[in-house]
Amino acid sequence: MSQTEPETVPGTVDQTTFTEAMMDGARNVPLGLVDHEGAAAGRRFSVYRNNVAVSLTEAMHSAFPVIAKLLGKKNMDGLSGIFLRAHPPNSPLMMFYGAEFPAFLENMQQLSHLGYLGDVARLELALRHAYHAADVAPMDPMALAGLSEPALLDSRVVLAPALQLIRSPWPIGSIWQFNTNAGATKPQAGAETVLITRPDFDPIPQVLQPTDAICIEALIQGASIGDALEQARTTDTEFDLSSPLTLLLQGGAITGLESKG
Amino acid sequence: MSKTSKSLAVAGAVAAALTAAATMPAAAGTKEKCYGVSLAGQNDCAAGPGTTCAGTSTVDYQGNAWTLVDAGTCADIDLPALADGGERKGSLEPQERDLPA
Amino acid sequence: MLQSPSQTALPNAPGVGYKPQHFAEIIDQADPVQWLEIHAENYMGDGGRPLAQLRHLAESFPISIHGVGLSIGGESPLDPEHLARLKRLVDWLNPASFSEHLAWSTHDGHFYNDLLPLPYTDATLNRVCTHIDQLQDTIGRKMLLENPSSYLAFAESTWSEPEFLAEISRQTGCGLLLDVNNVFVSATNLEFSPQGYIDAFALDKVGEIHLGGHDEDEDDQGRPLLIDSHGREVVDPVWALLDYTLERSGPKPVLIEWDNDVPDWPTLAAEAERAAFALKGLPSSGAVSTAANRATA
Repeated sequence: MSQTEPETVPGTVDQTTFTEAMMDGARNVPLGLVDHEGAAAGRRFSVYRNNVAVSLTEAMHSAFPVIAKLLGKKNMDGLSGIFLRAHPPNSPLMMFYGAEFPAFLENMQQLSHLGYLGDVARLELALRHAYHAADVAPMDPMALAGLSEPALLDSRVVLAPALQLIRSPWPIGSIWQFNTNAGATKPQAGAETVLITRPDFDPIPQVLQPTDAICIEALIQGASIGDALEQARTTDTEFDLSSPLTLLLQGGAITGLESKG
Repeated sequence: MSKTSKSLAVAGAVAAALTAAATMPAAAGTKEKCYGVSLAGQNDCAAGPGTTCAGTSTVDYQGNAWTLVDAGTCADIDLPALADGGERKGSLEPQERDLPA
Repeated sequence: MLQSPSQTALPNAPGVGYKPQHFAEIIDQADPVQWLEIHAENYMGDGGRPLAQLRHLAESFPISIHGVGLSIGGESPLDPEHLARLKRLVDWLNPASFSEHLAWSTHDGHFYNDLLPLPYTDATLNRVCTHIDQLQDTIGRKMLLENPSSYLAFAESTWSEPEFLAEISRQTGCGLLLDVNNVFVSATNLEFSPQGYIDAFALDKVGEIHLGGHDEDEDDQGRPLLIDSHGREVVDPVWALLDYTLERSGPKPVLIEWDNDVPDWPTLAAEAERAAFALKGLPSSGAVSTAANRATA
């Protein structure tokens, strides 16, 4: 876009002028917006300023309920006011609004003592993506039993689109639980990796044991079952597949098997 | 590494996983589960924001300045700052892949 | 009266804007509600519960898809990705109706989540008609275009709103969605006669009527400024305006919109019951066609 104001016919209001004034309450109401007597629109224009700011602030509250709870309504409202002007939606799919919010939180000077906020927001985004992800029928678990051991170890799992994994140096799964389920225990310092599965229609976040996390992360990245097993065993020589396979099967997350080829 | 070293545990592990998955409590998608709203609030929270074609009479459009006030549950969560320079892996590729561009 | 979802028209009966919290009650007993409307953009995920619920509802109810994000009045070209998403949804659901707004919401790549106003000029007319042609070509059917709620006017406007909408319908073949509450809101805010507006409106092109609740505010001079908030019951003067409209248009599909502070199902159903009552006193429902909504591109 050019730096200079576009040439406009006097009294006309183009959509660039309209949006700039709408998103910045300090700007004058564009000339050419009037009431029925031809007088300047004044407060009438505020209806649009207000609709956009309030609806996007409400969207942020429903998109990030745990962040809103951690910070309280007043802080969430204030942050949303800044965020929505810096990052207005770039799509009419409001269900995915807020993709830039984790980085935005991490760059906020006033929040630097709450280092976990960004990853908690990532967890909330991932839960929403899991909720809206495509439906793919899980594989019959008995397919695993039908394979010889070498064939099994050489296989890759095809994972459901709803599956998500979030790794954080912060206890994000515990923070999420603490703010979502009454009676959840207070989070203790420590890294957590959260697996999200969607066995039917509700995403389920679960904190993984470190070795399960290594194994499942390897599977997500396309490793064969045998390679994923070995990667986990570099941390724990006693590790076996029962725990990660149980988690994935219970979560309906394995939709097929393919041979390594 | 030879495959025999890990093979012992594999068959048993798969059998254990199949048993656990067969008795899974939450998974099986009954019709009620599929179409109902399972837990109060859970449905809407997970769906995230929706669209509207309505306006609002709540007034709040000034804010482009903000100062942190004491509120929320973050005060109850007392976590020490991470050691400076500590490795911060952040989130992995898979959940980034389908974020809107 | 009730038609199957495969037919391309809504019944001349009450419908409501669908909210997921009402799912179980709607499946159990929806009377007097006979059809449902959804916002297109809330069903553009890849899967999960929203689409599963919609598939289930479509087995029992005619569905109207109401878009709120295409930005038909936008100065920018229509977003081809959004057009493709609309086509995918319409192809998948085969809804009884598709409608959108005479408004804009996207500019310079940003979506503002509100229906923003347009000057009624020849330039706007040409742009809107081009966009509607493009949409109708894409989805392979005619759409309904809804009149907005106005809080202000453009000094540059040269058309009245009813004439502007009628001309768009004439040029594109689209039908119209008449929001009677929007008429009342705009008429109050801009001090014109709501009955005069209805008299000037191309009622033969109307394929659907909307009703909703509004809030009251005031402008700088202390004059009433009504806000189309969809957060409460439809007020008596709007019901009266519905009667006035139906007497002239004949029976139409009538929708209750309640998007904020969504009430429990019985409260919403009671609003639909009142719409059913308004429709009941009318001459035979077969007499007036919802032609605009039935046409195919």
